[in-house]
Amino acid sequence: MPNHKIDPNKWIDLYSDYLFNYTITRVNDRVIAQDLVSETFLAGLKSMKNFKGEASERTWLVSILKRKVIDYYRKINSNKGKAEVRMSYNSDNETEGDWLEERVADPFDKTAEDQIENTELADAIDSCLSKLPKKQAKIFEMKTILNYETETICNELEITSSNLWVIIHRARVSMADCLQNNWF
Amino acid sequence: MISCEESGHICDKSQYHEATLWEKVKFKFHTLFCAMCKQHSKNNTKLTALIDKVKAKNLTSSEKNSIKSAFNKELDKHQ
Repeated sequence: MPNHKIDPNKWIDLYSDYLFNYTITRVNDRVIAQDLVSETFLAGLKSMKNFKGEASERTWLVSILKRKVIDYYRKINSNKGKAEVRMSYNSDNETEGDWLEERVADPFDKTAEDQIENTELADAIDSCLSKLPKKQAKIFEMKTILNYETETICNELEITSSNLWVIIHRARVSMADCLQNNWF
Repeated sequence: MISCEESGHICDKSQYHEATLWEKVKFKFHTLFCAMCKQHSKNNTKLTALIDKVKAKNLTSSEKNSIKSAFNKELDKHQ
């Protein structure tokens, strides 16, 4: 079995999308998913010395993330959880992440192509967004990607709602033009 | 009959599920006769679909940056 090396410097760039993707399908809440991913990286950093190199970095991180997701559901379900039998594999921090590596499989990733396409699309959208005028881009992002209410944006930026819709319209037209070549 | 400008406005609103039923009826009626608005509506809907596709599964760059900055702080302590 090849011995895998661990190098946290590149973790975020390499794995954050994958881990986020993994999490969002399980918790269905962007903010919580983001927190869990962030916690996973920190936990991974803490228990780096337990990484034996038997699995790839990503597998190892996913195994930590899995437990974070379970912990999350335990926490929001704590009343119900009281009645359950708790199993604790590792209670002390010293060995955190130790057993997980052997238990998690890294299955053949049938969505790899989707993932690549998704990443490319995300890059395309980002680059189109950066071509918009700053104010347009900001409002478009708030409205479309962050899902803020019209009213919230209007209050925050002190514009009227008809103002907002004009800006949104212009932004949408430019975005559609920009993405036209490759994605429509 | 509504103007193309108004039709575009309704089209934008409906991308965010903010158009009323009556507005949608007026808009549909308009697109029966107006090929340009029909095409625009198609593109606009496609744009929404593309963004939703990415939004559902990927981190936005600002979200990624916030994770990164929290992580780098810890990383500095670590090394």
